[in-house]
Amino acid sequence: MKELLNDIDRWQRAGERIAVARVVDIEGSGPRLPGAAMAVTESGEVAGSVSGGCVEGAVVGEALSILDGSTEPRVVTFGYSDDEAFAVGLTCGGTIHLFIEELAW
Amino acid sequence: MSSTPPDSPVFDRYAELLRTEEPVALATVIEGAIGDISVGAKLLVTTDGAEPLGSLGHPELDRVVARDAIAELEAARSGVRSYGPEGQTTPEDLVDQPTIRVFVESHAPPPQMWIFGAVDFTAALARVAKVLGYRVTVCDAREVFATKRRFPMADAVRVTWPTPIFDELGGELGPRDAVCILTHDPKFDVPAVQGALATRVGYIGVMGSRKTHDKRMQRLAEVGVDQAGLDRLMSPIGLDLGARTPEETAVSICAEIIAARTGKGVPSLKDSSGPIHS
Repeated sequence: MKELLNDIDRWQRAGERIAVARVVDIEGSGPRLPGAAMAVTESGEVAGSVSGGCVEGAVVGEALSILDGSTEPRVVTFGYSDDEAFAVGLTCGGTIHLFIEELAW
Repeated sequence: MSSTPPDSPVFDRYAELLRTEEPVALATVIEGAIGDISVGAKLLVTTDGAEPLGSLGHPELDRVVARDAIAELEAARSGVRSYGPEGQTTPEDLVDQPTIRVFVESHAPPPQMWIFGAVDFTAALARVAKVLGYRVTVCDAREVFATKRRFPMADAVRVTWPTPIFDELGGELGPRDAVCILTHDPKFDVPAVQGALATRVGYIGVMGSRKTHDKRMQRLAEVGVDQAGLDRLMSPIGLDLGARTPEETAVSICAEIIAARTGKGVPSLKDSSGPIHS
């Protein structure tokens, strides 16, 4: 999170709303450890990363849908698993669980 | 467009603590909203004895999570933990209870590396250690060599013999920290090893040729270092990579520190024989 603070600060001063996605859990091979974070603004600017580039695109979509009120803050899972709703996978074969919420605390 | 930023006391304090690298853990309810406990609720926990900031929605849950968060912070670990709505943690108490999942994000201060000996290997090791996120202190008793100008990458450069700095600051060292003794001069090595062994430091590496190593182990035994102490030393320091340059040696030392943490069976010079520089 620390590496995102300057961007977050700049965005907050510009009055932008921000969603933050954080890795909370990984199973198997996963490129980033719990705590890795990325921030997305309502205008679609991005800072940080939560994987090796595999799922960031999908995370932006999730983040925007939280900012526009169409989804609630929640845990989103990406990975190779038949029962997951998300088709976006990690090429490493691991599974990552992200918590995505608006930065309003 | 400009407007007043939203009032966010927890985030503001969290950001401030991150910037100053003070230890902080942020707990967030990520699943299992019930009653006053909502998804996204936050509790900010510090180790300075201050009251946690924010609330997860139940005072007992706050109390138990704050306690656990401090333990996670000390281990520099982040992860998800499960609780009952009133902070229950034992499996019996959780039967037939809704489960609240809480993510604890730990921000421990950076681990420390103390390097003894202001030599070329020191500069290279300090550089690699900085890449890995260490707070690096270089120590040497010789004023001419222990200068900030020679080690601009170090966070601190101390003109000191080993014993005084261990007496003053050795209590700060813990399992995540490292002491690397590169002096290969018994005058410094012996007190540095003795000082390091008296701490809880996780890694102690001592540089030297096989010959220097043998003489040093003998000398340490003579001054009363017991076998458990000698076994704790990674000596000669580094992995058996055939490293030659200061930079390669620095990589070999840092790789050995990583392997010591992960417990992987990677060949250390300590466990091999024959030439160090193949």
